[in-house]
Amino acid sequence: MSATVQVPALPSVPTRRLRQVVTREEWLMRGLIALTGLWLVISVVLPLGQIVWRSLLDRNGTFVGLENYRTYFTTPALATSFYNSLYISTVTTVVAVALGYLYAYAISRTAMRGKGIFRVIAMLPLYAPSLVHAIALIYLFGNQGIVTTGFFGTLSRWLGTPVRLDIGLYGPVGIILGEIIYCFPQAFLILAVAFTVTDARLYEASTALRGSRLRTFFTVTLPGIQFGLISASFVCFILAFTDFGVPKVVGGSYNVLATDIYKQVIGQQNFTMGSTIGIVLLLPTVIAFIVDRIAQQRQVALLSSRAVPLTPKPDRVMDTLATVYCSVVATAVLLVLGTAVFASLVRVWPYDFTLTLRHYEFRGVAGGYSSYWNSVRMAAYTALYGTAVVFLSAYLVEKGRGFGWGRQVIYFLSILPVALPGLVLGLAYIFFFNIPSWRVGNYLILNPLNSLYGTMTILVMSNIVHFYTVSFLAATTALKQMDAEFEAVGASLSVPFYRTFWRVTVPVCLPTLLEIAMYFFVNGMVTVSAVIFLYSPALKLASVAVVNMDDAGQTASAAAMSILIVVTCLAARLLYSVATYGIQRRTQAWRTR
Amino acid sequence: MSTRRSFRLVLLAVLALALAACVTVVPAGDAAAPAAPATSADDNTIVVYTAIEDDQLERYLKPFYAEHPEIEVQIVRDSTGIVTAKLLAEKDNPQADLIWGLAATSLLVLEAEGMLEPYAPAGLERIEPRFRDADNPPSWVGIDVWMTAFCVNTVELEANGLPMPTSWADLIDPVYRGHLVMPNPASSGTGFLSVSAILQLFGEEAGWEYLDALHENMGQYTHSGSKPCRLAGAGEYTIGISFDYRAVIQAAAGEPVVGVYPSEGSGWEMEANALIKKPVIKDAAKTFLNWAISDAAMREYAVSYGITAAPTGLPIPEGFPADPVAQLAENDFVWAALNRDRILAEWIARYDAKSEPR
Repeated sequence: MSATVQVPALPSVPTRRLRQVVTREEWLMRGLIALTGLWLVISVVLPLGQIVWRSLLDRNGTFVGLENYRTYFTTPALATSFYNSLYISTVTTVVAVALGYLYAYAISRTAMRGKGIFRVIAMLPLYAPSLVHAIALIYLFGNQGIVTTGFFGTLSRWLGTPVRLDIGLYGPVGIILGEIIYCFPQAFLILAVAFTVTDARLYEASTALRGSRLRTFFTVTLPGIQFGLISASFVCFILAFTDFGVPKVVGGSYNVLATDIYKQVIGQQNFTMGSTIGIVLLLPTVIAFIVDRIAQQRQVALLSSRAVPLTPKPDRVMDTLATVYCSVVATAVLLVLGTAVFASLVRVWPYDFTLTLRHYEFRGVAGGYSSYWNSVRMAAYTALYGTAVVFLSAYLVEKGRGFGWGRQVIYFLSILPVALPGLVLGLAYIFFFNIPSWRVGNYLILNPLNSLYGTMTILVMSNIVHFYTVSFLAATTALKQMDAEFEAVGASLSVPFYRTFWRVTVPVCLPTLLEIAMYFFVNGMVTVSAVIFLYSPALKLASVAVVNMDDAGQTASAAAMSILIVVTCLAARLLYSVATYGIQRRTQAWRTR
Repeated sequence: MSTRRSFRLVLLAVLALALAACVTVVPAGDAAAPAAPATSADDNTIVVYTAIEDDQLERYLKPFYAEHPEIEVQIVRDSTGIVTAKLLAEKDNPQADLIWGLAATSLLVLEAEGMLEPYAPAGLERIEPRFRDADNPPSWVGIDVWMTAFCVNTVELEANGLPMPTSWADLIDPVYRGHLVMPNPASSGTGFLSVSAILQLFGEEAGWEYLDALHENMGQYTHSGSKPCRLAGAGEYTIGISFDYRAVIQAAAGEPVVGVYPSEGSGWEMEANALIKKPVIKDAAKTFLNWAISDAAMREYAVSYGITAAPTGLPIPEGFPADPVAQLAENDFVWAALNRDRILAEWIARYDAKSEPR
């Protein structure tokens, strides 16, 4: 009890003050982590909870436990759909990641010419609603397709024998082609970021040690982009696994899990079974998450604070190979889009090839050009807020201190949205945001977020969540490659973390940030599946108009509106390149020696 | 100091949000007891959910605005499946004031969910009894009828040397193998319409035998009801089992498509209107529903469809059968609705589970 007597007042003062300073900063960090968590709870967990809950009810709203899952797993069609989905996603992932890898390598690691234009072309498929790719695929490879018929019989006439190059589009071939077009830019985006952030000194060391090219590849290049490679594969797999846009249009009678949801929800209004399949679709993501976490523990920061950027040296053989490869891929991309442009200009495909601009008048389309402007606004807000939210949360997860379990949860919730098909996300948002109150016993819990329903805010929110994961992984990839020393030095100079964040992290990651903003913008312009359930009469959207026009048989007008969307995204891209040229040069000046 | 301030701000924001998100609780009392819906006379903005085509909407609404400039109509238009799913998902807090021109089968689903407020619009006596809900006042009232039609691409028919089909029975001729497309009834109301019509026309046993044979000829099953006609119009397949209006407008757009009406009779379905049950029902919504079955509105529907729920005396538009009413097969909507799950389960087991590409 003698301890109570000792009150060493004086010496404790500096210690306490010192601790207070650190604590306050830490609390700010924790507050931010908590805020990020709250955002994810509202935008992901609670809406998703509605889906989980509904999967446990029968069609009359009675609780039936896992009965729906039992029904679903005992349906013979499931095995087929599940196997089909797995097959499609695996092939797509392998091809799209390989294509994206080589393309990103060519752009970041060789001295070939025309990188800027190749970069833009690679991203083009993202700039058009996915329906356009399907239309273009049908026009190229369908039963009356340009390729199938040998350019409408021209080839047959030249060769003197009937030529028919039927690839059997409707079915797995069509789905895989469509998904590759859809996934390639996303794989490229993630891998390009991984390739950009690197340290030239490692290559210099390898060269100095007379390491062969192959050895350098396996000891420097591959470990360096390991995380990006895993992320890209993961994203492509899940995207192909959950997408229903492509299989719906070119899948023919080939069933996949995502079209099963469509049948249940849109065809039969069976929300409980639709929710059940939606939850089943989440399983691979959860598995992938675990695999990803294990793989990641071996990731090391590549961009140490003393890093030197890599400037590829000219190499005639490599540069030529790279140019040829990129030209081939770029031509394929342009061919698909060119077909869509052509389709929007001909009178009646494939019977009357007179060119006309009448499909650009959008007559009889509700909203017409005003829906186009709504889309532009929505996409701009999505880019602005989405980038801020995503980068901040990625930063907190990667570089944050304390709250370890909280950061793990945030990481998991951030990669969960990729597995949610837009259709499920849209319905989840209706279920959650449109309910004015919940009844618990004798009390009503009012839903404070109910007022968001039918507003621009909910559209933007749903978009941010829908495209959260790819952006989050891109941001994480960039941050992971930054040495923790940056923070350590900042802390040792007693610079608060937010200043290091603002003065060092953000400028270093600016190229990634801008890419993320572009990614949000273009997806906001083209997305359909979630927003089709959420737009209000006053806020009609261009991408929804595309689907409706196609549905009404105005394929050419649908293609025309899509071309308008592509042009907008290109314009945004151009604007961004011009506007950021100066900023880029200043903030990236450190990369040059 | 800025650190401390921002820390406090953050903490405050977290607390405020947490409070707002969870703790706004009021005693439920009798709030859950179903009260008679109030009516509102002064709100002149109505939200209308519809599956009517965009180009038709513009034309249809002109006379309404001329008559009721004081009412603002906010339209939410989408395909039948999406609109129905959206309505059902919003069940706990309906956004729509009324439904205009949605498939009657969808309205039966909504009625079963207790989402419709029975209402007898002015002029109801002019509507043919089989085109409206039998209850009084009715939960839904039909406005026009659409029916199964084969969209036949004449250019491809000739190129492939195929005979023109005239009946359901013709379609199972092996010469058509791989040339047919129809909507998957599990995805599309139009698809279900055709399957249920076949089962009612031929009887269940013979009907399934017929569908087995039809399956042998099928190129693919699509997810949307209009898609088969569009595929036929683009020459991707020769014959698409779809519906009348599609064949007519695609022909008008210059595609080499003719609508063929099977001699055994066509499956059919109505576009119908209904009032949504919600706490406040607007007078303007009733005004709209009255107008939507008026002669002025019927005359507009008659430009697009062969059959309207109230006779208009206008000539049948080109491309429809000369006597469209005689073309309608017997269709028991209630039987179809009650047996839907069973029919779909059987259909899926027979064709969908093994619908690998051939």
